Amino acid sequence: MSKNKNTIAILSGKGGTGKTLISVNLAVAAGKSVYIDCDVEEPNGHLFFKPENIKEEEIKIKIPVVDAKKCSGCRTCVDFCKFNALAYAADSLIVFDDVCHSCGGCVLLCEQKALSEREKIIGRVQRGISQNVKVYTGILNTGEASGVPIIQNLLKDITNEEELIFIDCPPGSACIVMESIKDADYCILVAEPTLFGVHNLQMVYELVNLFNKPCGVVLNKCLDAENPSEEFCIQNNIEILGRIPFENELGMLNSNAEIAARQSEKYGDMFSSLLEQVKKEVGL
Amino acid sequence: MIIAIPTEDKSLDKKVYPSFGRAPFFLLYNTDTEESQYLDNSAVLSQGGAGIRAAQVIADNRATVLITPRCGENAEKVLTGAQVLIYKAIDASIKENIDAFSNEKLTLLTDIHPGFHGNEQK
Repeated sequence: MSKNKNTIAILSGKGGTGKTLISVNLAVAAGKSVYIDCDVEEPNGHLFFKPENIKEEEIKIKIPVVDAKKCSGCRTCVDFCKFNALAYAADSLIVFDDVCHSCGGCVLLCEQKALSEREKIIGRVQRGISQNVKVYTGILNTGEASGVPIIQNLLKDITNEEELIFIDCPPGSACIVMESIKDADYCILVAEPTLFGVHNLQMVYELVNLFNKPCGVVLNKCLDAENPSEEFCIQNNIEILGRIPFENELGMLNSNAEIAARQSEKYGDMFSSLLEQVKKEVGL
Repeated sequence: MIIAIPTEDKSLDKKVYPSFGRAPFFLLYNTDTEESQYLDNSAVLSQGGAGIRAAQVIADNRATVLITPRCGENAEKVLTGAQVLIYKAIDASIKENIDAFSNEKLTLLTDIHPGFHGNEQK
């Protein structure tokens, strides 16, 4: 856990709810800040920030390679692998790179020392800057098994950051989301005003509770109608941090990859007050 | 010769199971003795790589022919390595498929699909 209580994760149970909208605009409202895009399968925060001075780093994982001369055909590795990334047929061991989750277990268990590891590039991390905001983006290559190693790289040095950090999480509540929120001091859950939205909100609400993270909800796409997500928050005594209206103007700015808080005073004020509310909840 | 066929039930009157890696059972049919043996498919509940695991089991049980409607590329790699020939199942019972194979009416499966790789349909 970072010592400064400055790390805020933004998550939701499904894609398209507004995680990136909220993360990007809060980072801008905060002035000097860090925005980290952990949605490595489809990172899009950089489309808004258009960061400059990008430094890129390749992310590698370890994949087993077999020395056929040393392999005795004992199949300890084949039986061990939970992902079935190894098979033994016609007196030779076959490794399926795309299925391997890089746990290294097969290499440890091989008594013949027939297995070693080689590096495989699965994606990259870009670190750049957009005005006062440091923009970090994780990019997973298509078809790779897991984005977790990329997220680990993105978050490995965050305790050194002194500014507010906003982690734009992947959608859902799977491993990559857990990896993204585990060092967060506070979680913002973004929810839509539909029954489906409530279901997705409940999923991430259960997840953050499991991780004992304090959290609050931002209600996005609000209309002048009943809001099932709002009712869910009231019933479960969850703090509602703010409401974002379902407006053409905001939608237009966002679809043109403009940052609303930079382009319009109105939205600048809206996200500043949302940020104040968040800081109050975090205890900053 | 041993023929392997994915199946949902322990009966020759049932149709061939539509997928390979996640079939509940595999029939191992011995054409010399006309005996049937059914194996539980341990790959059904795999988190991933079900086709690879299933292909390994087929190869380990010394089948030399697999009759299946579909097969993914990873399973195909294991089966080909183990010199198991893959034939395309016809839309009929398992018994009729065995007969069709014996009468040389089945063709080799050529449309190997790229697999679901972590996106298995649940």
